[in-house]
Amino acid sequence: MSEAGRVRRKWTNRIMLILCGCAVGLCILILALIVGYTVAKGANYLNVDFLTHTSKPVGEIGGGMRDEIYGTFILVGLASVIALPIGLMAGIYLAEFGSPAVASVVRFIADVLAGVPSIVVGVFAYAILVRPMHTYSALSAGVALAIIMIPVVARTAEEAMRLVPNSMREAALALGINRWRAVLGVVVPGALTGIITGIMLAVARIAGETAPLIFTALGSAFGVQGLLQPIGALPLQIYRYALSPYPDWQQQAWAAAFLLMILVLGINIVVRSVSRRKSM
Amino acid sequence: MLYELTNNTTGQAAPERVIGAQGNTKYILEVVKLSAWYGKAKAVNDISMKIKAQAITALIGPSGCGKSTLIRCMNRMHEVSDGGKVSGQVLLDGSDIYGREVDAVTIRRRIGMVFQKPTAFPTMSIFDNVASGINLTRLWYRKGELQDLVVHSLKKAALWEEVKNKLNRSGASLSGGQQQRLCIARAIAIEPEILLMDEPCSALDPISTLKIEELMLEIKKDYTVVIVTHNMQQAARVSDCTGFLLLGELIEFAPTKELFSVPHDKRTEDYITGRFG
Repeated sequence: MSEAGRVRRKWTNRIMLILCGCAVGLCILILALIVGYTVAKGANYLNVDFLTHTSKPVGEIGGGMRDEIYGTFILVGLASVIALPIGLMAGIYLAEFGSPAVASVVRFIADVLAGVPSIVVGVFAYAILVRPMHTYSALSAGVALAIIMIPVVARTAEEAMRLVPNSMREAALALGINRWRAVLGVVVPGALTGIITGIMLAVARIAGETAPLIFTALGSAFGVQGLLQPIGALPLQIYRYALSPYPDWQQQAWAAAFLLMILVLGINIVVRSVSRRKSM
Repeated sequence: MLYELTNNTTGQAAPERVIGAQGNTKYILEVVKLSAWYGKAKAVNDISMKIKAQAITALIGPSGCGKSTLIRCMNRMHEVSDGGKVSGQVLLDGSDIYGREVDAVTIRRRIGMVFQKPTAFPTMSIFDNVASGINLTRLWYRKGELQDLVVHSLKKAALWEEVKNKLNRSGASLSGGQQQRLCIARAIAIEPEILLMDEPCSALDPISTLKIEELMLEIKKDYTVVIVTHNMQQAARVSDCTGFLLLGELIEFAPTKELFSVPHDKRTEDYITGRFG
């Protein structure tokens, strides 16, 4: 290679490296700004009262979001109970059992479903559950969130299972193990870290969803009253309070945003450390 | 090419050479006019052969000659591959493993297999790896059950001394050679009648290879072993009978000593003297 070519190649390499570095820096900067701003605005107002008290009417200073925190956990739990079995089984089908033709159709549908705007999902849940039952409810919100969750879980579980080498499946089959036992006993454990990461992504996504809750959970001034009654949730309350004209409520919205961020981050860290210990 | 075939149904050619002519030889597996395809590509072409019980049968030949495919047909693993298709018969104790009523899973429990790359299950402990063939076929089991079986199998696979103090460590923590012996222990834990080995040493160093070869000679007292290898020295060292395959056909099948000293077919001679392959 000529000397000029060598120099050019070196510089191209350097410039590309710098550009990639800049892109990474920008990503981290944006994340740091969001996190930093939320911490700066919200951390001051996050205190024990905020976690243990219910909201107060307009005009009264103080109060907290105990019921909304509780409600968020119930909704996420409800959505997970509905979505995880369906999502995981769909993922297993896509990765292990589906014929290529059927699997590609299912995969396409899952991708389309994942791309449906969440507010549309909310309207859908409103139409099939809220209207016939004549009440906003935790159940309808759970279903709406589950619909958002299913394709994310299914696709990430599928991708994780595809990464398990085929030789593992063959080794299990050659031991005279049934196909489904080989999948549950060898493939799924091998893909567990990836599957759990997918579930966490899905949980993080629905924990912060607001739009579908407007049509389904509605929010509640009377705390958690059961699955067939309206229910409050953190993102819903952030939305309400942030739009309100009262400084006290706006501050509480920041605190709630901060709390929601910590919750999602916390769940991620806990599950990751547990799954890492297990896979060792 | 129907070496060694005394099957009356075909009524063809008297055996050219009879392996173990003493007359007391027991054959456990008989391959009859077996052909196998991957999609439209034919990998095994009309092969017939008889596998001697409690002996080591080696299959040699250049890469792509169909020896791995042939061995995979012997425990119905070929049909697991994409587009895998088989015609002909494989008789285990006289009954066809491709019979209509026969369940492939049952066959694989009677005819075990060890693969080229060590395939210890990384998510399981050493103990659970050995027990997996039993545990994953039962609905309920307690962890740590099957102690005797696991110890026995690891001893048989000459791995016990090296792992007895770390049975709870992951199977993936072992070296390649140890993993391969773990796979052998796992395969013999389900007490198959035949053990198929598909180039079990090609990913291993010479010392590990030697250990596996000693192990094969040891376990042939109880099991029938069929090994695919492209290492001719290995076939010569361990096997009782050797089959030479070329382009999906069984060119020659004879007692190992005979095949390596007085090959009848020109192509066999060329291959074992290193003129091609």
